[in-house]
Amino acid sequence: MGMTMTQKILATHAGLEKVEAGQLIEADLDLVLGNDITSPVAMKEMEKMHTKGVFDRDKIALVPDHFVPNKDIKSAEHCKCVREFARKHEITNYFEVGEMGIEHALLPEKGLTVAGDVIIGADSHTCTYGALGAFSTGVGSTDMAAGMATGKAWFKVPSAIRFCLTGKPSRWVSGKDIILHIIGTIGVDGALYKSMEFTGDGIASLSMDDRFTIANMAIEAGGKNGIFPVDEKAVSYMKEHSRKQYTIYEADEDAVYDAEYTIDLSKLRPTVAFPHLPENTKTIDEITEDIRIDQVVIGSCTNGRLDDIRIAAQILKGRHVAKGMRCIILPATQSIYLQAMEEGLLKILIEAGAVVSTPTCGPCLGGYMGILAAGERCVSTTNRNFVGRMGHVESEIYLASPAVAAASAVMGKIAGPEQLDR
Amino acid sequence: MKAKGSVFKYGDNVDTDVIIPARYLNSSDPGELALHCMEDIDREFIHKVKKGDIMVANKNFGCGSSREHAPIAIKAAGVGCVIAETFARIFYRNAINIGLPIIECPQAAREISEGDCVEIDFDSGLIVDVTTGKSWQGQAFPEFMQRIIQAEGLINYINSGKS
Repeated sequence: MGMTMTQKILATHAGLEKVEAGQLIEADLDLVLGNDITSPVAMKEMEKMHTKGVFDRDKIALVPDHFVPNKDIKSAEHCKCVREFARKHEITNYFEVGEMGIEHALLPEKGLTVAGDVIIGADSHTCTYGALGAFSTGVGSTDMAAGMATGKAWFKVPSAIRFCLTGKPSRWVSGKDIILHIIGTIGVDGALYKSMEFTGDGIASLSMDDRFTIANMAIEAGGKNGIFPVDEKAVSYMKEHSRKQYTIYEADEDAVYDAEYTIDLSKLRPTVAFPHLPENTKTIDEITEDIRIDQVVIGSCTNGRLDDIRIAAQILKGRHVAKGMRCIILPATQSIYLQAMEEGLLKILIEAGAVVSTPTCGPCLGGYMGILAAGERCVSTTNRNFVGRMGHVESEIYLASPAVAAASAVMGKIAGPEQLDR
Repeated sequence: MKAKGSVFKYGDNVDTDVIIPARYLNSSDPGELALHCMEDIDREFIHKVKKGDIMVANKNFGCGSSREHAPIAIKAAGVGCVIAETFARIFYRNAINIGLPIIECPQAAREISEGDCVEIDFDSGLIVDVTTGKSWQGQAFPEFMQRIIQAEGLINYINSGKS
């Protein structure tokens, strides 16, 4: 019986020739990540440990991004705690405001995540780096503390579901629509405890940004990780961004999967997840009623990358957001922000009536920078539409791609880009 | 090790955003987090819960973010055990790591009702609904997991040198 791609990476990092689903292993870690919400708890736990310090100051990344620039005094105290820890332990990859970005957009861009790595992060969307062919998964603060101290973590080797992507998506269909379609098909616990392994010739047509978006939302199907094969696009991304050595793993031909799905990308349509679960999906064609909205958010670790900002600008160019609409756009990193500025995208967005924010997770988790009042509706390119996620428990979040979000901002209701010129 | 208390019952996909809303994550103090535990789906919970009470839910309990603040808030609110059909994986790990007992038992999770008095024996995994007289066999807690819970978390357990 062969191994899946995930199993091969885990086996190597556990010093084993072979592992199988269900086996408990201890694996060496290539990177341990934390943010301003989860790190302070981890640091408190680490202080309790009888340990001298961190296992490797180069293999820890601390990214204050959720409530920074500090939203209030308590957040400021948390960030101060992270900053002081970074200074004390001489953490190489601590990113201060001005050099930071949303962690899961920032780390690949900084070249800290490459194919073949085993990465844990005290943030559920750590699964994003599977786009580059790494095993990466979200953990809690205690696991982060133990990881920082020892450079190891225990895992139960996951079984896998294979998603074979074929064909080429049509013009307005992006990675977001693909992953929403998948979550709508298998449900928010459809991949519970499992790997989601993506394969098929359809992957070649997906940009790296599309793949980051897809891997990012594996957790919304309950998945332990999402992972892509390493092709030329992934290799050229790593060569451009990283000096780290990468290792390419491929699933064995006789690897066993719990289930297999084949998805013809050419048949997919722009897709929206209705409140209050990411699995409540409808294609844009299935939405027949007018759903008026108050706010649009384009950003987050799911969709705040350059592709996303470009698509938003392409749609908003020469148009204006609807009267009374708040359209908030958050480039995910400083470098994306700068590039968007150099390409003239920020000008287009501002002229269209959007606001452009510094990188922050803020509105996605109801922190700040776009909180919803009772009864308000938001179309958001973020990843969760749970009750109260972006503010009042009686507000509603509709998850969508940047294209649908931008078109909806213009129309004042949920709309696809094709509806704009009708 | 045993837990006994009255039941607070919830449905499918109870996510970490309702267990502890992110607007309170500017604190990591367990007592402060507990004050807001479950408030977005059950405003009464924190006023009614007594030490040792049991939380019972259906599928995918604790889905969503990796915030350890979620099991911390539940534990600090006084809950002695969470029973569910299934748990989201990060929550599962976090609960064990901070010493909150949790048990997967689909049948018990479906059949236990709000307000029932339930007793759980962690050594045997036996779950008894004292109110209805029904019982179910859940998974027993391995010894090391009981020790983590008794030590009130993984780090204390590691420090105690028993690992």
